[in-house]
Amino acid sequence: MTDSLGVPGALPREPSGRAGVLLLLALGAAVLLLPPFLPDPRAQPDLVAGVLLPPGWDHPLGTDHLSRDVFARLVYGGRVSLAVSLGAALLAVTLGAGVGLVAGYAGGRTDAVLMRVVDAALAVPRLILLLLVVALLERIPLWGLILAIGATGWLGTSRLVRAETMRLRTMEFVRAASALGAGHLRILLRHLAPNVAGPLVVATTLAAGDVMLLEAGLSYLGLGVQAPTPSWGNMIFDAKPYLVTAPWVAVAPGIAILLGVFAVNLVGESLGQRFGGHHR
Amino acid sequence: MTPLLEVRDLRVRITLPATTVTPVDGVSFSLNRGEMLALVGESGAGKSLTCLALLQLLPAAASLAAGSTALLDGQDILALKGEALRKIRGKRIAIVFQDAGASLNPVLTVGDQVRETVQAHLPVTRAEAEARAISLLGEMGLPEPATQYERYPHQLSGGMRQRVMLAIALAAEPELLIADEPTSALDVTVQAQILALIDRERRTRGLGVLLVSHDLGVVATRADRVAVLYAGQIVEEAPTRELFGAPSHPYTRGLLAAIPRLRGPFVATSPMPGSVPDPASWPSGCRFGPRCPERFARCDTTPEITRHAPGHAVRCWLSERAR
Amino acid sequence: MNRWLLRRAASAMGTFLLACTLLFFLMRLTPGDPLLRLSEDRPMSPEALANLRAHYGLDQPVTTQFVAFVGGVLRGDLGASIEHGGRPVVSLLRERLPASLLLGATTLLLNFSLGIAIGAWQARHAGRRSERWVDLAGLATASAPSFWVAIVLAWAFGTELRWFPVAFMYDPLLPADASPLAHVIDYLRHLVLPAATLTIVTVGVTARYQRATMLEALAMAPVRAARARGLTESRVRWRHAWPNALGPMLALFGLWLPIVVSGSVFVESVFAWPGLGTLAAEALASRDYPVLMGTAILIAATVVAASFFADLAHRWVDPRLRTT
Ligand SMILES: Nc1ncnc2c1ncn2[C@@H]1O[C@H](COP(=O)(O)OP(=O)(O)OP(=O)(O)O)[C@@H](O)[C@H]1O
Ligand SMILES: [Mg+2]
Repeated sequence: MTDSLGVPGALPREPSGRAGVLLLLALGAAVLLLPPFLPDPRAQPDLVAGVLLPPGWDHPLGTDHLSRDVFARLVYGGRVSLAVSLGAALLAVTLGAGVGLVAGYAGGRTDAVLMRVVDAALAVPRLILLLLVVALLERIPLWGLILAIGATGWLGTSRLVRAETMRLRTMEFVRAASALGAGHLRILLRHLAPNVAGPLVVATTLAAGDVMLLEAGLSYLGLGVQAPTPSWGNMIFDAKPYLVTAPWVAVAPGIAILLGVFAVNLVGESLGQRFGGHHR
Repeated sequence: MTPLLEVRDLRVRITLPATTVTPVDGVSFSLNRGEMLALVGESGAGKSLTCLALLQLLPAAASLAAGSTALLDGQDILALKGEALRKIRGKRIAIVFQDAGASLNPVLTVGDQVRETVQAHLPVTRAEAEARAISLLGEMGLPEPATQYERYPHQLSGGMRQRVMLAIALAAEPELLIADEPTSALDVTVQAQILALIDRERRTRGLGVLLVSHDLGVVATRADRVAVLYAGQIVEEAPTRELFGAPSHPYTRGLLAAIPRLRGPFVATSPMPGSVPDPASWPSGCRFGPRCPERFARCDTTPEITRHAPGHAVRCWLSERAR
Repeated sequence: MNRWLLRRAASAMGTFLLACTLLFFLMRLTPGDPLLRLSEDRPMSPEALANLRAHYGLDQPVTTQFVAFVGGVLRGDLGASIEHGGRPVVSLLRERLPASLLLGATTLLLNFSLGIAIGAWQARHAGRRSERWVDLAGLATASAPSFWVAIVLAWAFGTELRWFPVAFMYDPLLPADASPLAHVIDYLRHLVLPAATLTIVTVGVTARYQRATMLEALAMAPVRAARARGLTESRVRWRHAWPNALGPMLALFGLWLPIVVSGSVFVESVFAWPGLGTLAAEALASRDYPVLMGTAILIAATVVAASFFADLAHRWVDPRLRTT
């Protein structure tokens, strides 16, 4: 349980899990290491003859309608998309773990009320919640987007953690700790939290995939990452009118999202098998 | 006369992550029409795997080793596949599983499960199959069979479910019944009733019965012959009377000593020390050696099963020496 | 049964009202004033703004607003649209609902029939190389953004190949007196790409779920017992294993609705499908909050109702649940 990802020995055993890890590492390395060698993703060098150029030597993935280099935008956009995913997923899972631990540990009325609220909130699709929130805010900053996506994504995790906590709560070592006079907070943090860590890692991974899709969707609706900062979602939004003349401008970010989410899901799945079943 | 069932050298292998084990290792026996053969042994001896293997119902990790044969009226049923196999299962050989309560499908009525078995094997209309199912349920001693027909398994008691399982097993008038500890989960009176039902079929229809049990006491009154299984091998086989009167294998003697002398729930038994070793760690030489109170030097080599009186075979160096 | 039904219905109603409450306070608590955002591109005098505020009751105390809001929801009054000339939101929703229902029902039908077929096939051949590839393909399609799939399909099968129309639910130029069959075919042709998009991005999850539940069901003792009594393989699978795999699938059905709804916000707007998704996207663009809110409430009601009916169906499928 303690070995973590990133240690080569801890690579998943099954080929698809390995492929996922490698794909993620490759994507991460690309968005971290490539930028110094790339043109400015906001530069519009030639608005007359340089727009919607097909892929070629100078522009490996061509240029968009403002003569910006698509590959450079893809890499910078990847930074943004991956950062938002990671940030929002961590936030969501932290919130979910907090609520779940409290509900599962406190039980009784606290638990009933919290879970009732979670039930109700789950009746409104997350995207719709986000639309309502984000539409009210004018030109949302990146951290605001992370906050909004994170704050709407903890419901499922809280249920998972609650169930796990209730199971653990009745187990011997927690009883023993409580008999020895350990305080509630201490029991929560020292004894329960470490034991739900495995399922939480899985939940974070799967949540990151969901967030990547949500961010892309919001940006596609013009509500997510704001121009001129590129993100995979708003690149597709920008490219839509030129689909017929320059399909690569829209296809490239779409494939990037697909690969990113796929990689994350592969990793999540193999982690899920390691840490015991976790259904979405 | 060819026996109804003749099993030769049955071997079941299980592939585990690290190794391959052989929990059923060369089992042979035969069974005539109208005869009841009891297969007894402690938990883990390989009784259930033997039963499952005969109908090719082994779990995914397990497989039959080449050379295993089971002749039903001279036809090797271990080589059958597809439709030919389907026509044997339930029709000529029926099985009642160890955990019969769990064998009924919770989402179908018990009547449906009897009826579908009738329909799968007999040329009858649905209405005829239904009528037969109801009469079978009645024969198995279920009160108001037409009402029970409509009920779901969870609405019946354990004993009633066992009767339903028996009705299913007998639905297509099989020639052979394999009953894997059909009564171990039931209380004593119901146990006796179920065994009496099986016995009745044997006497009236000439049903052959392979009765599995870990309790010699249960089989004493009903079985014609007994085969004792230990660590995947038969260690002694004899007519019931002879086995009880003159047990030859130290393991059989141990099993007999463990039978409660008094009937009733509070009798302490004297089980043999230890338990059947795991298939991955069978000892070399005689497999019972490490637990055997009469062990001697020769037990480090593997004994063969040998006939020691008419119809009485033993796998033990002691009985060899006695001759 | 009836008492259970009543209790379950009451709990569904409670969940729905609580969801509405949450939506109300979410709107109140989010920084940002709907009317200010609204007036961004419509210059308004302070008096006009104050009038509007009074009109929407925004000058009242929050509790009064809340009571009015819940009362409205219960009466089926979701306020008036800002953009659509003050039309009642409910009548807008009613107008757009059929298109969304058509698309949603088609998608769910395709999703479940294909997903169950693929998943059952996978369970039957679990572990095979070809099965592993199908499994990965399911995960990959579920990883694709729906709007991107929509755009690509529209471009490939609409613009390039010209096989299917890429916008609207029907051809406005088709003469009204054309044969009914022509109208049906016209609808179906328009339905192909949006339904295909939504099915592609959702079917993988259903298939993988069915695979898992079916494998679980096939490993159950009753299935072995069914084989042991010589039933045909298809009867063993579909009559004995499948119903036991169906309960969890019904729960999945309850979970699918919101996903199909969210997906269709994108897919409908890409294909200009005149449903709730497009309505929401339009409302978003014009900051028409009452309409957005109304859509959210309608969706919440649908989701709560779906999970209620999924529970009901589960009891019907599994007799063990009926006795309680
Ligand atoms: N699916 C399996 N995978 C691994 N090992 C198995 C499997 N099924 C049985 N075994 C092993 O094979 C041996 C024989 O099992 P079997 O079920 O035949 O015993 P049994 O004699 O029927 O015992 P019991 O009286 O408890 O039913 C045991 O050691 C058991 O652990
Ligand atoms: Mg057994």
